[in-house]
Amino acid sequence: MSPAAGGFLDRVSGRVKLTGWLSLAAPLLAILFAAVITAVVLLITGNAPFATFALMAEYGVQPRSLVLTLNFATTYYLAGLAVAIGFRMNLFNIGVDGQYRLAALLAAAVGGTVALPGPLLIVVVVLVGVLVGALWAGIVGLLKATRGVSEVISSIMLNAIATGVGAWLLTPALLAVPVAGSNNIGTRPIPESAHFPGFALIPGTTVKVFGFIVVAILMGIAYHVLLTRTVFGFDLRATGRSESAAVASGVNVKKMVLATMLISGAVAGMVGMPQLLGASYSYSLDFPAGLGFTGIAIALLGRNHPVGIAVGALLWSFLDNSSNILDLEGIPKEIVIIMQGTIVLSVIVAYELVHRYRMAAEQRRVSRELTGGTGGSGGAGGTATPEGAVSR
Amino acid sequence: MLRNRVGRMAAGVLAGAMVTVGVAACGGDSTTATPAEGGSSAAAPTGAKVGLAYDIGGRGDQSFNDSAAAGLDKAKSELKLPDPRELTASPGETEAQKEERLRLLATSGYNPVVAVGFAYSGPVKKVAAEFPDVKFAIVDDAAATGPNISNLVFAEHEGSFLVGAAAALKSTKNNVGFVGGVQVPLIQKFEAGFAAGAKAVNKDITIQSKYLSQPPEFTGFNDPAKGKTVAEGMIDAGADVVYHAAGGSGSGVFEAAKAGKAQAIGVDADQALTADAAVKDVVMTSMLKKLDVAVYDFLKSFAAGTVKPGTTVYDLKVAGVDYSVTGGKVDDIKDKLEEYKQKIVSGEIKVPETTS
Repeated sequence: MSPAAGGFLDRVSGRVKLTGWLSLAAPLLAILFAAVITAVVLLITGNAPFATFALMAEYGVQPRSLVLTLNFATTYYLAGLAVAIGFRMNLFNIGVDGQYRLAALLAAAVGGTVALPGPLLIVVVVLVGVLVGALWAGIVGLLKATRGVSEVISSIMLNAIATGVGAWLLTPALLAVPVAGSNNIGTRPIPESAHFPGFALIPGTTVKVFGFIVVAILMGIAYHVLLTRTVFGFDLRATGRSESAAVASGVNVKKMVLATMLISGAVAGMVGMPQLLGASYSYSLDFPAGLGFTGIAIALLGRNHPVGIAVGALLWSFLDNSSNILDLEGIPKEIVIIMQGTIVLSVIVAYELVHRYRMAAEQRRVSRELTGGTGGSGGAGGTATPEGAVSR
Repeated sequence: MLRNRVGRMAAGVLAGAMVTVGVAACGGDSTTATPAEGGSSAAAPTGAKVGLAYDIGGRGDQSFNDSAAAGLDKAKSELKLPDPRELTASPGETEAQKEERLRLLATSGYNPVVAVGFAYSGPVKKVAAEFPDVKFAIVDDAAATGPNISNLVFAEHEGSFLVGAAAALKSTKNNVGFVGGVQVPLIQKFEAGFAAGAKAVNKDITIQSKYLSQPPEFTGFNDPAKGKTVAEGMIDAGADVVYHAAGGSGSGVFEAAKAGKAQAIGVDADQALTADAAVKDVVMTSMLKKLDVAVYDFLKSFAAGTVKPGTTVYDLKVAGVDYSVTGGKVDDIKDKLEEYKQKIVSGEIKVPETTS
């Protein structure tokens, strides 16, 4: 490494503001990169990229589309949060999918059978969802804490088990009622008094924004406070950074694993609630599946930051909702899936590049300080630098 | 595939329903409205701009959706329709997106709008109310009702009864198998009919039943490898005739039957014609679910202005379901099958729709 390069990197890494700007630039560049890739794919398939993007934008800002975008984003945001909580502690909760489906099914069943005054029933339904989600995720935490089972393996296997249990429960013998004349079956509908009221937030359409969007925002704030303003949050982040360091400072890692999975599962249990209490009022065969995996992509996209996840959820939801218009115009709507995939990949790559860039800069700075500013010593190689110097 | 199947059924139902609707009430309206909306073909009274919304998988699934597509294609060429618009559902979407899809079609001037699959039930009901001048058809669902909604439903259990009887008549080991795609009520209708048919021939016959996946996992409709494994298991356990209602997974069932020297029964289409050449010869018969006929009938009646709302059941009586005779493998038992068919049509045999 030449001293000149070290000096340049030093300047870059020495400025905190620039680092912040860099971490903002990374997702923007990633989206731009994804747009370029999508444009290339569009060109190859014989569609005009700019006309396509314009079409999506035009359709996407219509009042009805905006409402749908907000509604979907509400669900996506909760899924993203659930995944992000685990991510912050280096726990990969792939099981959000099974957790929210089982939670929504049982919560819907309770909502359809228990007779309670409306608002109270809403609270009970949400609580059941939260509890079921937490318990299902708790199995993963327990296995990890007591037996050292990888949460990736156990949570994805529990997804399959949740599917089986759900299919067993959603039969006329247990929780489901057949709909006359329909090939669908679902839980008993939740009474109208317990429908979560929506807002006519956007003029020009009768479609209402899910009232649950307020809950989602509150959850985002709670997530932020939990992580940055509490001892638990500090321990969680510390464990995520370096487990051995956390143990040395007195953190009970096993307890943290269990607690984090419980919280992640509790949030996962809320993922189905906007749809259940705001739109479908019943868990039936066509209840949306796969939201947990969308949540993983969105948490990655938002870098586990509450605002970042919100941006990711809105972007994802916008793309999902504008795909219908592409189909109508004869443009394959799968282009949107390509775009979503590219965005996630490029965000990860962009951040990794920025991270390495910063790490190298930091290492060179430390090494230069250690050698008394003579610069350019062989010690500048990355591997020898203490871990602490890399922390952000 | 389950969804596809369901969708296909739904599409068929829808088409039938639309036909029915037109006849009853609004035929005249639809005829006049159509040319006006389909501007390009205003000269031709039959130039309806058809909007068709598929379930997951869409055109090209070699199963449920494709069957609806076949009906659309036939209508397009025979009724000289302008290019229809076909939209497809995405996995994991909500009713809001299905609703938006139908609304986009209706607002863009497509009339009639055909929704393929029971999952469109709620959305069709909602959107049809917003667009009273547009005719809607939904396949595989009779729950969405309205003055401009035609429901096209099939009596899958009746057709399955006949192939169940055929399986029992052909089985030398007194052991037959049923492979379902996804464990949903719609596919359970196939199972119930098949079991009833087999038992009508031989009370003591062993019937093995298995589903490839359970909701909300709908992969069972498109998982040939799993279909093969399950069918192999049944053949190993003594079955010598296996019926599948598993959409695209059926090709795996055929492979297993070929390898195990057993016979197979196809579903929806005449699979002795549509299956891979290597396994065609194991398909002894197929339970035909004529989604294409339902969709075509609906579009034809729309063109003629005779669409009527409400449910049209495509059952054995109107040959909406049937068994196929391609290959001549059931010629020797055809008399008996026809006898059962007559008994079902006359009401002497009542085929159960549920397994329990």
